[in-house]
Amino acid sequence: MFVLVEMTDTVRIPPWQFERKLNESIAEELNKKLANKVVYNVGLCICLYDITKLEDSYIFPGDGASHTKVHFRYVVFHPFLDEILIGQIKSCSQDGVHVSIGFFDDIVIPPESLQQPAKFDEAEQVWVWEYETEEGAHDLYMDIGEEIRFRVVDETFVDTSPTGPSSAEASTSSATEEVQKKEAPYTLVGSISEPGLGLLSWWTNS
Amino acid sequence: MKTNACVSSLAEVSLESAEWKLKFISAYFRRKDANAALLSNFEVFQLLTDLKQQRKESGKNKQSSGQQNLNTIMYETLKYISKTPCRYQSPETVRDFLIAMKGHKLTKAEKLQLLNHRPVTAVEIQLMVEESEERLTEEQIESLLQTVTSILPGDPEEQQRDSEMATEDKGDQA
Repeated sequence: MFVLVEMTDTVRIPPWQFERKLNESIAEELNKKLANKVVYNVGLCICLYDITKLEDSYIFPGDGASHTKVHFRYVVFHPFLDEILIGQIKSCSQDGVHVSIGFFDDIVIPPESLQQPAKFDEAEQVWVWEYETEEGAHDLYMDIGEEIRFRVVDETFVDTSPTGPSSAEASTSSATEEVQKKEAPYTLVGSISEPGLGLLSWWTNS
Repeated sequence: MKTNACVSSLAEVSLESAEWKLKFISAYFRRKDANAALLSNFEVFQLLTDLKQQRKESGKNKQSSGQQNLNTIMYETLKYISKTPCRYQSPETVRDFLIAMKGHKLTKAEKLQLLNHRPVTAVEIQLMVEESEERLTEEQIESLLQTVTSILPGDPEEQQRDSEMATEDKGDQA
């Protein structure tokens, strides 16, 4: 689920923090910059693991702060392909089941990857697995808050960095269009179409 | 104190990036090397609890404006990891587990999943081990389950219940 990523960055320490130990200031700055943020093509950054190398600090003309190039390792949430994870069902919609792991919410299980046959119950807004046995079909509901075991099959990174100033035509459009659709920078696609996957209560043999 | 179990050599992949030069193994380009940087839930759990302890000890006079993100992610991640089997693990159990796993010929990713999830049924083993029908016979799956459940500690309440039930059965048979 978690990986260690080696990164390099230049950290700026303002003069009023010069009395503190350099390592502590740098650790704080790095955590301020990266914790709980998604880095494009890397994953969701959790916290600093360690600092591997500190290069010399420089002060540039016009700015009293020191700039230090730091080599460090960061703990990043980035599940590998086909990894099994356990999460909680957050909500169900026509696009599928939305699962959350607490610190990461953008996981979707599309309808075609559910245990087949499955149908969407409009009244309760939940997905249902129509499990067939000799006695007839059982309807297994995928309720909100239930723990679910799924396999990660795909991931998508979207670059959400701000774009430049829009062209003249776009700026004359109405105010509502200017509100950008908020896209999640990192989404996972899951699947539960294998034996053993799905709600934990479906597979416990107690 | 940090456990260095996860450290090994990392290959370099150059990525276009405005600010940071990342040395990162992409899971899709070079699958084998990607596993060199994997961290188990237990290691992250240890790291976060130590960090939380340090921050508590270093006093409450930190300005919380920039620290909010770190606080949020630490809290949520600890909340999630504390519900997984890694909360009963220790460095010794992890080491014993890895030594015991040597005989079973599993990949690093598979061993990591077994460590993080502590499967108790054959169905779960089949999910985590790729092509388990071809690689493992039923006895091997059983012995794998035995190794996992005996070395990795599970929920102490459940284990007590199981042992009570086992002694009840023995009592019935006597």
